[in-house]
Amino acid sequence: MIDSKIYISDIIKAGNLQVIYGEHLTKRAIKGGYASDLLSDVIGNSKADDIWVTLQGHPNIIAVAKLKELAGIIIVNGRRPEADTLNKAKAEDIIILSSNLPAFEIIGKLYAFGISGLR
Amino acid sequence: MSTVAVLSQTFNIKGGDFVNAGEPACKIRNILREIGINANVIRRVAIAAYEAEMNVVMYARQGEIRLKITPHKILLEIEDTGQGIEDITLAMQPGYSTATEEMREMGFGAGMGLPNIKKNSDIFNIHSTHGKGTRLKLTFKLNGKTKK
Repeated sequence: MIDSKIYISDIIKAGNLQVIYGEHLTKRAIKGGYASDLLSDVIGNSKADDIWVTLQGHPNIIAVAKLKELAGIIIVNGRRPEADTLNKAKAEDIIILSSNLPAFEIIGKLYAFGISGLR
Repeated sequence: MSTVAVLSQTFNIKGGDFVNAGEPACKIRNILREIGINANVIRRVAIAAYEAEMNVVMYARQGEIRLKITPHKILLEIEDTGQGIEDITLAMQPGYSTATEEMREMGFGAGMGLPNIKKNSDIFNIHSTHGKGTRLKLTFKLNGKTKK
């Protein structure tokens, strides 16, 4: 049987993403994607196992990812998470990926790879 | 059937603490999950708890979330001491926010906090004294007709 699931390791390759934290978490499957920089929007509308694309890098993104049980966070535009964010990611074991590309490009690559915002 | 709380817990929130913000909401979700509450109710309670918590972090000096679970409902009471809300009608309007530029840059201040809390709770009660603080009482029904 062919494994049709998409894993974080797959999108790291497809999107040429850098792993900021969580090499051991790349085997997690992704069921969809959500993109927003407004935390209320992500809290209200993202779904569990979504990969979240944002340019926010402050510590509260970890709380949002944990509460919504997101598969991981991709920080775009070459931004780096704050030190507190990294500590929080380690404590909660949330994978943080980063890309130098703008959000539109990354989302396009993920979509082309088979990740949808609808499910 | 008794209406006495079968479980009751209080979580403290510190104003301005963006690093630990969100933890009470996560703990509340885990408690509800452990006792086997319906997933839809858990989702709504978690969203409301997070938004209410962030309001305390952003606008108050300190506050607390009290969680009470009875056989028929979940109660969340969020009470803070801080600046309070000057005009509740305005604050309830989607998109209205008094967040600072700094908070907006962090992705807060979309003006969706209170509307989201109201949307996700079955009974929404707010009381605020400008200059003193705010108290929210939220009820989530565990049986009968609840929101989707």
